[in-house]
Amino acid sequence: MADLTAGQNNSPKGGDTADAVRASLARRNRKQKILQGLGLGAIGFAFLMLFILVASLVSSGYQAFTQTKITLEVYVDPEEIEPEKLPRGGFKDVLQASLSELLPEVDTSDRATRKALSGILSNGAQFDLRDRVVADPALIGQTITMTVPVSDPYDQLNKGTIDRDTPEQNRRLNDAEIAWFDQLKAEGVISKPLNTGLVTNADSRFPELAGLKGALIGSFWALFVCFVISFPLGIGAAIYLEEFAPKNKVSDFIEVNINNLAAVPSVVFGLLALAVFIGWFGLPRSAPFVGGMTLALMTMPTIIIATRAALKAVPPSIREAALGIGASKHQVVFGHVLPLAMPGILTGTIIGLAQALGETAPLLLIGMNAFITSAPAGPFDSATALPTQIFIWADSPERGFVSRTSAAILVLLGFLVTMNAIAIYLRNKFERSW
Amino acid sequence: MMNDMSKIEPSTAVDAIKIQAKGVQVFYGDNQAIKDVSVDILDKTVTAFIGPSGCGKSTFLRCLNRMNDTIDVCRVEGDIRIDNEDIYDKRIDPVQLRAKVGMVFQKPNPFPKSIYDNVAYGPRIHGLARTKADLDEIVEKSLRRGAIWDEVKDRLHEPGTGLSGGQQQRLCIARAVATEPEVLLMDEPCSALDPIATAQVEELIDELKLNFSVVIVTHSMQQAARVSQKTAFFHLGSLVEYGDTGHIFTNPEDPRTESYITGRIG
Amino acid sequence: MTTFVFAALLGVSILGYLLNRRAAAGLRADGTSLHSLPGYHGLFSFLSTLVPVFVLIVLWLILQGPVIDHVVMSGLPAGSLDGLDTGGRQLVLAEIKSISRGQIFGEPEQWKMDAAQRYLELHQMSGWVLLSIVVILSLAIVAFARSRVGVEFRARHSVERIVSGLMIFCSTVAIFTTVGIIAALLFESIRFFEMVPITEFFFGLNWEPQIPLREDQIAAEGAFGWLPVILGTIVITVVALFLAVPVGLLSAIYLNEFAPDRLRAVAKPVLEILAGVPTVVYGFFAILVVAPAMRSFGASLGIPVSPNTALAAGSVMGIMLIPFISSFTDDALSAVPKSLRDGALALGATRAETVLNVLFPAAIPGIVGGILLAVSRAIGETMIVVMAAGLIASLTINPLDSVTTVTVQIVTLLIGDTSFDNPKTLAAFALGMMLFVVTLIINVFALRIVRKYREAYD
Repeated sequence: MADLTAGQNNSPKGGDTADAVRASLARRNRKQKILQGLGLGAIGFAFLMLFILVASLVSSGYQAFTQTKITLEVYVDPEEIEPEKLPRGGFKDVLQASLSELLPEVDTSDRATRKALSGILSNGAQFDLRDRVVADPALIGQTITMTVPVSDPYDQLNKGTIDRDTPEQNRRLNDAEIAWFDQLKAEGVISKPLNTGLVTNADSRFPELAGLKGALIGSFWALFVCFVISFPLGIGAAIYLEEFAPKNKVSDFIEVNINNLAAVPSVVFGLLALAVFIGWFGLPRSAPFVGGMTLALMTMPTIIIATRAALKAVPPSIREAALGIGASKHQVVFGHVLPLAMPGILTGTIIGLAQALGETAPLLLIGMNAFITSAPAGPFDSATALPTQIFIWADSPERGFVSRTSAAILVLLGFLVTMNAIAIYLRNKFERSW
Repeated sequence: MMNDMSKIEPSTAVDAIKIQAKGVQVFYGDNQAIKDVSVDILDKTVTAFIGPSGCGKSTFLRCLNRMNDTIDVCRVEGDIRIDNEDIYDKRIDPVQLRAKVGMVFQKPNPFPKSIYDNVAYGPRIHGLARTKADLDEIVEKSLRRGAIWDEVKDRLHEPGTGLSGGQQQRLCIARAVATEPEVLLMDEPCSALDPIATAQVEELIDELKLNFSVVIVTHSMQQAARVSQKTAFFHLGSLVEYGDTGHIFTNPEDPRTESYITGRIG
Repeated sequence: MTTFVFAALLGVSILGYLLNRRAAAGLRADGTSLHSLPGYHGLFSFLSTLVPVFVLIVLWLILQGPVIDHVVMSGLPAGSLDGLDTGGRQLVLAEIKSISRGQIFGEPEQWKMDAAQRYLELHQMSGWVLLSIVVILSLAIVAFARSRVGVEFRARHSVERIVSGLMIFCSTVAIFTTVGIIAALLFESIRFFEMVPITEFFFGLNWEPQIPLREDQIAAEGAFGWLPVILGTIVITVVALFLAVPVGLLSAIYLNEFAPDRLRAVAKPVLEILAGVPTVVYGFFAILVVAPAMRSFGASLGIPVSPNTALAAGSVMGIMLIPFISSFTDDALSAVPKSLRDGALALGATRAETVLNVLFPAAIPGIVGGILLAVSRAIGETMIVVMAAGLIASLTINPLDSVTTVTVQIVTLLIGDTSFDNPKTLAAFALGMMLFVVTLIINVFALRIVRKYREAYD
């Protein structure tokens, strides 16, 4: 091989490798720095977006966790509220009268002022009073102390989201109304306690009354139905495919089917539910039961895939050991493999349910975005779910709903974080390496 | 100097020290893989590292071009000098070092690119060729040195992964020599090859020593005896014996070396 | 009533379990050696009672509603439904049902009150009939199962056969679901194409599905050309990918190759959190933060930005897709054999060169598969666009304009009351069909690439 000697005199390229490398090294290292910088920038961007997302939700949502309330001494005037006419009566006038006592200099002779004055109180206040009086008619003629929510504009004023420097015509409250509120505040009847109504009230047209109770219960039922259907079905399918199914075209087809199902857009499941469950089977619209069935179909592939992975992770030696002492295939699977795979299966199931909890589009199509002011009593009653409630509130024009929406999202994210934390805990606690 | 040193093996060129290792220790986390190894490796010589599996010979080899840097838990202590330059010095860029110290691996690992691009990759990134013609020349020369030119010259633009195992390994050798390194490290280069391909690669190694200092790790004593002039025997992370290959194989000084060579440990 | 039926079934099944187990245990106590353990004899009775009767109950419950509706409607006095179309009949039925629940508005006609009464009676009757059938049938099965208990009876085999059957049923649910999706979409789409010519749908340039719901409403004829809708979808998808692909790729490369362990330990969960945020939250984020920010930024440059700009919806969708693409890229890069990385490093390549010239090209198939799945996700993503994109279909590719998407149209056409007999509702199913077909093709293709790629390096 004549060319072997060429190594000694590779002069045409000018100098040896080391020199060439040294010459280009700075440029190459710079390139690496650029790539690293871009990568770090990309990660930073993702971090930043998550930060902005959370920060914007917290900054607009935290105010919905408190609610401005006013404490009134209400004289239940027998002239306005007559026991025999209950539950009808002039509850609104009674409340307004007690407000007037707090603001004595306001002239209530004309209708417009009276209306504006009543506007300080939430529309729900009169129903609170009505319910108390109906429950105990002996209150008529007495003076009772009530703490009721103020209406949304005053709530916003108290929380500082209404800018007092805005020109009066662009403001939701005029100067007089702001003066009233300041006076009430000076008298010490305004308070801002924790807003328990956020989870104990159902939906309402009035932001200060709207709460998540209906949505929470609706989501609970939907998830419950989803779990009851998808958990056994998913595990059954996974065990069959992983442990029993012959490797042939049919099981291949099922497998491809499951993988594709996992990637079908969620809105298509909504169409399926609308056409089949509601249109053909005649199941009720807006019912968490139907929502749960739809979510179950979507969650099942997740559970199947997780279960199969968990089953695969159980080493064959366990199977062989059990088979070797004469257990049947079923006994091996249900007695040994399945219990060992259970932590993995549960982890996958919880993650699947967390996904289902956040699903919105299919629930919209089956009508779980209805405006319902009472919590559902069972899975067949009309209801909303947490994500659809968020959608409804996000669509509402009142300023108060913006912070309610953020608050509802924080509640939803709280549930998701908890569920995922449980899943991670399970995984870390029970995961074993073979 | 040449005259003084070349008494033992007149045919094998210069007896200058190329790599000098002193008190090298390697840790994987808490486990010590190499214990206090000192060795001088000569230029234009084939040096073989032998020993039972897990004895640390590959680990030590990978210290010589700092490939162990890529393993997070791995820590190297001691002093390794190439041409009297400390390669673990902070100022040394591993990139520069590896251009100078090429490596061939146990399993052929051609890139999923064409044969031409495989060989041209090193020269390209290091900027060794100014023109296309330069690069063509380097590729041809390297493939010839890799003793594979005749087999692939008509299909330079087909993927390197399509070659047979032995061809792939020779392609990887050609790829390694294309950057004109001064040292060539070979980590069991024939363990994945059949006997014919092994013979071709061994023949190649014999020719390579004219230009490079070659260090080869092998688990085959016959191979060490065939291709190397110097042999180092490793056992349990220590260098047990180092010397001329003929001497080690015929008259080992350490009883452990003898047991290994006679097949009692391994 | 329904709960009671299920409770009865469960009770009888447990009874059967106990009976059979005791009988088998008794035989065993007598010294006979049984083929199967007593527990299997019990399970045999339990499963053979529970499974078939449960199926019967579910079928009954599904069928009883429509049957009773039909009986009630056909039992109405002659002439009361004259001149009513399908929608009108539905209204009458709905009124009867709400009367039967005690929600009486105004003064309904006497015949409606009678029908409501009849509706209640039929429901009660149906319940009682079901209960008696369930009790009789399940007791009969229990008795039969009890008679099988014996030395020779291979209860374990029977139980295992039933369990296998159940598991096979579970696996076929996925197929049923797919079949259900295709059937529902196809059936309603065909009805749509009976009303709207298929060529108009595929080639029409106008999408104005405002059809008069009642005849006295004045509205334009609807137009159902899906091209502007699909164009809008493409615009938003492209915007999303423009953001997600580079950010996702770069962050995966960085995490895989350069990031110190501590950063990796933080960044991976953060990306997982981004992936776990429900899309309705992203939608709200788009209207609360991103769209206003873009508008004011545009205004400061003097560029008019539509409030529902495709840029806002698209970029928020891009944020949603970042973790998706990054995790696929991460997997693909990790799957490249270590020997290739070593080979490049040993030649003196820098880490950046190793990644860009060797690892990345080797991982391309996996990455492309991941990006394709992301595309299919973007096309099918609903909530972000429903909340942040527009409703009006316009033929534009300007991302600053407002565009609409297939999913937005599906949701807006179906939100609120829906009846299945006007093209407006059915158009949603035709769009759904297209959405399903397109995403299915992309998914099958992408999953195949990803799978092939995994096999290549296994």
